[in-house]
Amino acid sequence: MCETGKLLRNEFIGELVKKMGNERKSLLPILQEIQKKYHYIDEHSQQVVADLLNIHPVEVNSVISFYAFLYDAPRGRNIVRVCKNIVCEFHGSKGIAKALSDELGIEFDQTTEDGRVTLEYANCFGMCDKSPSILINDKIHEKVSKETALKLIRELK
Amino acid sequence: MEKELRSPVAQRPMNVEDPVSKTGIGAQISVELNGVKLKVDMGKSILDVCRDNNVYIPTLCYHEDLCIAGNCRMCMVEVEGMRTLQAACAFPITSPIKIKTFSDKVRKARKHTADLLLSEHYGECYSCVRNNNCELQTIARECGVDSYEFGHVCEPRFEIDSSSHAVIRDMDKCILCRRCVRTCIDLQEVGVLEAINRGYDTKISTFMDKPLADVICINCGQCINRCPTGALHANDPSDEIWKAIEDPTKHVVMQTAPSPRAAIGEEFGLPAGTSMTGQLNTAIKRMGFDMVFDTNFTADLTIMEEGTELLNRLKKALVDKDENVKLPQFTSCSPGWVKFIEHFYPEKLDYLSTAKSPQQMFGAVIKTFYAKEAGIDPKDIVTVALMPCAAKKFECNRPEMNSSGYKDVDYGLTTREMAKMIREAGLKLPDLPKTNFDEPFGDASGAGLIFGATGGVMEAALRTVYELVTGRPVPFEGLNIDVCRGMKGIKEAKVKLENCKDEFSYLEGVELKFIVAHGTANANHVMKMLIKGELEGYHFVEIMACPGGCIGGGGQPIPTSELIRKLRAKAIYAEESTMPVRKSHENPRIKFIYNNFLTDGPGGKLSHELLHTEYVKRGKYIE
Repeated sequence: MCETGKLLRNEFIGELVKKMGNERKSLLPILQEIQKKYHYIDEHSQQVVADLLNIHPVEVNSVISFYAFLYDAPRGRNIVRVCKNIVCEFHGSKGIAKALSDELGIEFDQTTEDGRVTLEYANCFGMCDKSPSILINDKIHEKVSKETALKLIRELK
Repeated sequence: MEKELRSPVAQRPMNVEDPVSKTGIGAQISVELNGVKLKVDMGKSILDVCRDNNVYIPTLCYHEDLCIAGNCRMCMVEVEGMRTLQAACAFPITSPIKIKTFSDKVRKARKHTADLLLSEHYGECYSCVRNNNCELQTIARECGVDSYEFGHVCEPRFEIDSSSHAVIRDMDKCILCRRCVRTCIDLQEVGVLEAINRGYDTKISTFMDKPLADVICINCGQCINRCPTGALHANDPSDEIWKAIEDPTKHVVMQTAPSPRAAIGEEFGLPAGTSMTGQLNTAIKRMGFDMVFDTNFTADLTIMEEGTELLNRLKKALVDKDENVKLPQFTSCSPGWVKFIEHFYPEKLDYLSTAKSPQQMFGAVIKTFYAKEAGIDPKDIVTVALMPCAAKKFECNRPEMNSSGYKDVDYGLTTREMAKMIREAGLKLPDLPKTNFDEPFGDASGAGLIFGATGGVMEAALRTVYELVTGRPVPFEGLNIDVCRGMKGIKEAKVKLENCKDEFSYLEGVELKFIVAHGTANANHVMKMLIKGELEGYHFVEIMACPGGCIGGGGQPIPTSELIRKLRAKAIYAEESTMPVRKSHENPRIKFIYNNFLTDGPGGKLSHELLHTEYVKRGKYIE
């Protein structure tokens, strides 16, 4: 990362820590804010957070790797998550997953070459009554069919 | 000066506050252990009660130096009335309970747990460094594992990380007990290792899964000493050393540090704290090493150099009123500590003594002075250092450690690897006769010997500095400076300098204040005190990276515990009390080398070239 990028991140994280406190309990909210702004938490940011919270970088890394919604590597602009819970599977989530994968030409946990979409599995959205459900960025889509799912991802920028 | 615990409450050692009276109401609880009625102290864990009463419970993630984790589930016991089995290590007794430690349910559960651990373990026992000294192996035997009930790993799944000079990580052997994580984060406060990912995908990893050589590892090797399996082990140079011994053109010189002698017996079944100095010398000579020298000699040299440096700094501060002089002076013999300060407090490097560690001093002396005396070309000399230490392997590979014109120390060998080589040579160490070290570095003082235990450097330095300044021996009973000894994390003491010699009149009435700390967690605490300005008025700080000092080093025999470390220290102090020379400056060899080789005296020009070094500002950010 270039020096300017580093300085920008230092400043941003410094502000966050000032706002949220430098205790361990502020770690997750800080990481979420960084992710919101930069879409992933790069190595440098992890080390800055660790430094300011007086913990070790590897502990920050450990937290990021534990939570499925935090990333330590760049992802696509849009993240499409398909539920792989058994209820969604009964209602055809596997077919949707295959259709999405074929449409985008990528496997799950991969990103399209243009960086438009990342496909992921998720364990359960708590939407079993409206299954199958998929999560596109922050928005949940219920009772999707193959056709609606494809339509939704074609609309993504 | 107690260290504040940095870890979150949930990870701290489980302690129930002591009741006011040990015998009063509520202080003692009646429990039934396998049908035997007992009175136990409130808050004691089931595991401790069982150990006190000779009831054996297998453990794996439990280590007495570390906080309770309770994650391996090997120590499960049945507590009457409870639906599930309980982990004995993490169950404080606070009410009258009935415990069964080997009921049918317990035995079955333990066997299953062991089977499950083995199903994830790439157990290639014959080719493993921990064969016959592996806690998982022991548990498999004790729990009656007779088949791989849940399968077995037959192919390696991970690449072995051998990037580090000191520590090699083989994650195929890892059983995720997290002892290394707790060692690195809580005991040493270095924080190299943590568990990453979740559930089935969990593994122990460095920051962003980088090779160990690229992260902020101080190479102390404490994780190796606490790993129950062979997942962590030291980088073993014994093959190259054998090759050098076989090579007729090479002159192979061994130097042995004090701590391995007090511990190597453990590798041969002797109780902890058996000193093996003479036998070890015989073994080394019989294995084909050309010379065996005593690192204590350069420990004495270190004291001369470091003591002189301290007096120079004091003079500059007191007489010249130099504002830039950094006091207190920190010792620099522990390579783990040196790398720690380079990473975490690079702006404080000026406080560190510039003297090299005894190992590196010896390397430089062997390839210059000894080479000339013996008439051997230094390029044909191979120096091997037997050390209790993993970080010494890194230290001897530092690029700046070549002041003799060659690599000063070629190989750092740990106590464990030495024991392996002795076994390979077919020698029975305890049965060997005793021999002395070789000349011209055959004599060392007791002061050099006690370098091995925490507080030893301080004690040795005080004996010399006090006597240099006042002309009288240090005012402690039998030269034993007891305030420096013992296993307290941070020790503090002072000595008043009175009736000084004329040339040291500026020190008249000065109260020499010093601190001794061991383990980098304590070192970290001392550094925080330094930053807060709480070390104003202190003159000398000894820091050893490993708990207990070198006797608890990362290259020492496994297992380790506070008791074992105390016994090793006791062996060193016992041997020291019988030494004829107990002060570094009275060692005749030291006088000899300053008269014949380092003729401009301690801290002189040649000393600075050969025996002093510079440090690298590393910082704690990884690019």
